[in-house]
Amino acid sequence: MFDYSMAEIGNIVVMQAFSGLSLFSVLLLMALGLAVIFGQMGVINMAHGEFMAIGAYTTVFLSKVAETYGIVNYYFLFAIVIAFIIAFIIGYLVEFALIRHLYKRPLDTLLATWGLSLVMQQIFRSTFGAKEVSAVLPEWLMGSFQPTPDIDIPINGVFVLGLALVVTVGVYLFMFRSRWGLRVRATVQNRVMAGAVGINTKKVDRVTFALGCGIAGVAGAAFTTIASTGPTTGSLYIVDSFMVVVFGGAASIMGTIASAFGIAQAQSILQFFMTSSMGKVATLMVIVGILMMRPEGLFASKVRK
Amino acid sequence: MSDTLNKMLGGRQGAIGLAILAVFIMIVLPLGLDPFRIGLIGKYLTYAFVAVSLVLLWGNGGILSLGQGIFFGLGGYGMAMFLKLEASDPVSTAIQSTPGIPDFMDWNQLTSLPWFWEPFKSLPLTILAILVIPAFFAYLIGFAMFKRRVGGVYFAIITQAIALILSILIVGQQGYTGGVNGITDLKTMLGWDIRTDSAKYVLYYVNAGLLIACILLSRYVLSSKFGMLLLAMRDKEERVRFSGYDVSNFKIFIFCLAAMISAIGGAMFTLQVGFMSPTFIGIVPSIEMVIFAAVGGRMSLIGAVYGTLLVNFGKTMFSETYPELWLFLMGGLFIAVVMFFPNGIAGVYEKYAKKVPFLRKLSEESPTPKTAQVAAVTAVEIKEAGVKA
Repeated sequence: MFDYSMAEIGNIVVMQAFSGLSLFSVLLLMALGLAVIFGQMGVINMAHGEFMAIGAYTTVFLSKVAETYGIVNYYFLFAIVIAFIIAFIIGYLVEFALIRHLYKRPLDTLLATWGLSLVMQQIFRSTFGAKEVSAVLPEWLMGSFQPTPDIDIPINGVFVLGLALVVTVGVYLFMFRSRWGLRVRATVQNRVMAGAVGINTKKVDRVTFALGCGIAGVAGAAFTTIASTGPTTGSLYIVDSFMVVVFGGAASIMGTIASAFGIAQAQSILQFFMTSSMGKVATLMVIVGILMMRPEGLFASKVRK
Repeated sequence: MSDTLNKMLGGRQGAIGLAILAVFIMIVLPLGLDPFRIGLIGKYLTYAFVAVSLVLLWGNGGILSLGQGIFFGLGGYGMAMFLKLEASDPVSTAIQSTPGIPDFMDWNQLTSLPWFWEPFKSLPLTILAILVIPAFFAYLIGFAMFKRRVGGVYFAIITQAIALILSILIVGQQGYTGGVNGITDLKTMLGWDIRTDSAKYVLYYVNAGLLIACILLSRYVLSSKFGMLLLAMRDKEERVRFSGYDVSNFKIFIFCLAAMISAIGGAMFTLQVGFMSPTFIGIVPSIEMVIFAAVGGRMSLIGAVYGTLLVNFGKTMFSETYPELWLFLMGGLFIAVVMFFPNGIAGVYEKYAKKVPFLRKLSEESPTPKTAQVAAVTAVEIKEAGVKA
């Protein structure tokens, strides 16, 4: 660490911070979906990572199709939408078949969705093979731009960051500025009263869950631009995303953004100065430590049950 | 005294269930299987300690820990460190650049034994550490969380994160822990070779005996007033708190007890299998152990043992022949148990036993029908069919 000049350390910090921003974008997209499902419905979806993988595999598949027709430069935006739609539909079905029977037993939901995640992983493995696959990226996503000769910022990272911010704004508008969001929040606050004023609470549950899964699908599409996808990709991010949601305060979008940012940056910067595993250990330990002092997370005031 | 004994056995019905279990694992299985299979059963039975601890914690206490692998691992590593030090005497490690320290330390350029390895030179201290360190660790976690009334899914997620932290830490600190390979090449315990067939049988019986002892202890705890409070807390925590009980202390106690039982399982695992590695600590093994308890019946101590054996038999059988099918089956098992059989084998037994005249008589004679514990009978039949197949 002392072999570097000050300018070099500055450059390293900028680049590590930027790689942290890519991690931040993926974590934020994952955590937004979880925050919708967990924060609003109190359901633990351990298969959330697999919904992300659905989005990623959809994108990979579409990129192969686009390649055969020679339209690689245009497919990606459609892929994001289709990834969302497919993950949304599967989420809708899962809620119908599984989750709605278990609302009164949150711990059992956790186990059932874990089982679901195992099944989904195996489906990915049987369908797409055990090897990691990656999407063919359009040219405009490749390369990097260099503000100074020593700083190298990849364009796909910038794109993912932009996508994460757009989706965040979208979720905010949906939750707090739309009729649907109003119904979701009303159902969370008082299910019986919401039902009494004519809100179809079961439908609200189903759409909320499906929406969370759909956002995970978008996370998956974004993920393909920065890494390759394997059957267990989703499970690598699940604990981190849960930590983001719990750390941020389950029902708070601001909290989710802040904690995704903090966790991603801490991991990314610590991983440079310590080994990769120790950086992760240190970050997680700090989070667990803070959660023990302040179980309600950063941006919420109520005590958790 | 006889009252204590009665509580431990759980009445006539409980005693019969326990006797059947004891006969099954101590006589039927050893007679019917070759030493290799016995080694496997011995390994499964060490997981059963964790399943039993989860029956206490989750079935009766309503506290789902997704980090029981932590305590299993701490117990296992404690024993492994002792055995490794014994295997690394200066004579047999003479070719190393620093003789007398474990081989993986030498490979990682360590020149002296780290301080926290020192106590593991002595067997009594090791046994003490196996029992005390996991319980103390559980106390710290439990104190921090239960005192602030964190429970339910938050507790599950945080224990899962701790399991992840510990497994990454062990993998990352190769020089101190043996890294991803774990601690291997364990040979003797106080000069007694643990790798021979006869040693395997001895260890198997010690393991089975300890398991039965842990079940008796758990029964005693559950049948006491504390056990009643535990159930009450699971169902209506606020009400117990308003009745003047300090709920968090009870939770901390049961969490520590569960940790200790899991750690005993871990130590026996190391002795029987001959190594310990971080793959038994992380998220996946921790949650798999929950499914063992769930399959057996989350309320049934004896059911947990059968559940563990059944799931592991299935795993061994299927992953040998159809590895792809196994994950579907395992995943399906999680979903099916939760959706259709929330009380596992024990629950199914309870439902159907009443239709068989002989079994009905058995369960009616007990004043408090804890039918779960007689799940033994059906499970034995299932098991034997499975073994023959």
